[in-house]
Amino acid sequence: MQIELRNLTKVFPSRDKKSGEEVVAVNDFTFTIPDGQLIGLLGPSGCGKSTTLYMISGLQKPSGGQIFFGDEDVTEVSPEDRGIGLVFQNYALYPHMTVMQNILFPLQNLRGKDKMTKEAMIERAHQVARLVQIDELMNRKPSELSGGQQQRVAIARALAKMPRVLLLDEPLSNLDARLRLQTREEIRRIQKETGITTVFVTHDQEEAMSISDMIVVMKLGVLQQIGKPQEVYDDPANLFVAKFLGTPPINVFSGIVHNEMLYIGEAAVLPAPSVADQQVHVGIRPEAFVLDKDGPMTCQLNNVEVMGRDVSIVCTNEASENPIIRAIIDADARSAISGDSVRFSLKPHKVFLFGYEDEMRIRTSEVK
Amino acid sequence: MVESKHQWKAWLYLAPAIVLLLVFTVWPIVNTVRLSFLENYNGMKAAGGATFSIGLWNYEKVLSYPKFTDTLFNTIILCVLTVPISTILALLIAVALNSIKPLQKTLQTIFFLPYVTNSIAIGMVFAAMFNVIGSALGTPQENIESYGIINNIIMLFGFDHQSWINSTSTYEANLFVMTVYIVWNALPFKILVLLGGLQSINKQYYDAAKIDSTPRRRVFTRITVPLLSPMIAYVVITGFIGGFKEYSSIIGVFGDKKMGPPDDPDRLNTMVGFIYDSLEKNREGLASAAAIILFGIILVVTFINLWVSKKRVHY
Repeated sequence: MQIELRNLTKVFPSRDKKSGEEVVAVNDFTFTIPDGQLIGLLGPSGCGKSTTLYMISGLQKPSGGQIFFGDEDVTEVSPEDRGIGLVFQNYALYPHMTVMQNILFPLQNLRGKDKMTKEAMIERAHQVARLVQIDELMNRKPSELSGGQQQRVAIARALAKMPRVLLLDEPLSNLDARLRLQTREEIRRIQKETGITTVFVTHDQEEAMSISDMIVVMKLGVLQQIGKPQEVYDDPANLFVAKFLGTPPINVFSGIVHNEMLYIGEAAVLPAPSVADQQVHVGIRPEAFVLDKDGPMTCQLNNVEVMGRDVSIVCTNEASENPIIRAIIDADARSAISGDSVRFSLKPHKVFLFGYEDEMRIRTSEVK
Repeated sequence: MVESKHQWKAWLYLAPAIVLLLVFTVWPIVNTVRLSFLENYNGMKAAGGATFSIGLWNYEKVLSYPKFTDTLFNTIILCVLTVPISTILALLIAVALNSIKPLQKTLQTIFFLPYVTNSIAIGMVFAAMFNVIGSALGTPQENIESYGIINNIIMLFGFDHQSWINSTSTYEANLFVMTVYIVWNALPFKILVLLGGLQSINKQYYDAAKIDSTPRRRVFTRITVPLLSPMIAYVVITGFIGGFKEYSSIIGVFGDKKMGPPDDPDRLNTMVGFIYDSLEKNREGLASAAAIILFGIILVVTFINLWVSKKRVHY
């Protein structure tokens, strides 16, 4: 089921009656979610991503704009008639029911032509339980399950009635690190197997990048960028998106473009073809640094963190907007580090320029 | 743990409470048990130096007393009628209150008002509402027929006025009045407890139910009631304990020491009423035995309640 949001807006009235200021949680969203894809709504807390999800679910009414499922305008359709499955952040499993009863619950509500026989319901429950691999836990109560198992039950309950759209609100935030890795693969697998259009909300960029077909980056109710995770990472539309994606985060410097040459401090680091002379923010991905004893960029070495596969060099530079710079290099190159300073050259396609005031991306003609 | 050299301080601070509890709570309980086993114990005779043999005489006497078995029956029937009715009504009102936004606080206050009102005063108001005539003992000179509001309403619909609590009233009519009054009086506390329970239920369960297009009735029976079951068990248990101690409500409706209509003054006597009557006649032995029996009944009923709730209450 393709989901289309047209000029979707949500305004919350102000809590403080005196000031009367309204809070715009979601501001004029327009985008299309292709059928059968896994979409991550990504952004820091308060960016409106959960509000967007709840508007798609129908639990919250939009202040303006429309929502389409396929060709059908569902903006005014109540949640129960939208054919969605929703997995809540805290799972909202009914604590007094067993896993089986929880999964059966939505099926028992089906009326009219969708009404199922008891045998069919039980068959379906076992089917979705097998899909999420909880079929041996059917007689347990939610309190007797681990966080990851509860998560699976919640997904099974949402999938049981074969929804057109599956919505997940921060599905992994209550899980520990190891389980999070495992469960996100699991969500990916389930989504692939069922082919249900799935939208999930997260503030964790790594989570979103790792499993989404497409990510939607949001900030303060405003859509920042949509695209395949790798595309957004490699080609951020603005400084916010560049900073938000990637671990370790991007290093930001203040720089100057002069005569189509980018300067960081005194050093002429890269050519910047067809960019007018101006002050800029320079975003440099940690993996953009290459150890080079003749490189243009000199940084004062703080320490070297060994992480096995690669090495993280922590250093400082006066032009950096962050207190430290983090560069990731191959562990083999480590022997080249010596003394109080390191010199780097930069991979041009991992370096991004942003306007100093508006923080929007400035594209050079040559460098992508 | 408190260090041993500081323990005496702890005891010192606890002493006032402990002394008061020992004198006014623990000793009376122990003494009640003691008196219940002393044959026909009488405080006046005891003061005069009489001794009493030990045995089950008081219990046998109390249980064979038709008056006592009547009070037992009255008490139980009032409990059985009022506890379920008041619990169900309180549940419905609490759910309704919880589902409205405007006036919620105002209505909550109104529903809670009976709780802070004196129960004798409420009883007098109920008596006035159910009255047939202003003066039940009216002399020919003051034969004023002044109907209470209930009879006025009945007459409005073209029916004859009934004697609810006055002379010639039936036992069933009396029971009806008492049930209405006790239920009304018991509602505020139950509503308050259940409303508190309702407001602590995570709203997401309702969102989840909504997504799954759950009918309202099913939301109530399959989600609200089970999630509220600990609170329901609590109000049922305290309701039964309170019900077995019913006394002042009957005094409130029927007036000074009369546990029934004027022509049958003891008809609605309860167990607590029986205990008071026995004490008044200086028959402390009988009163103690009745009190212990009452205690035993409450204990058993509470255990049954707990046993049932263990099976039915979730978490």
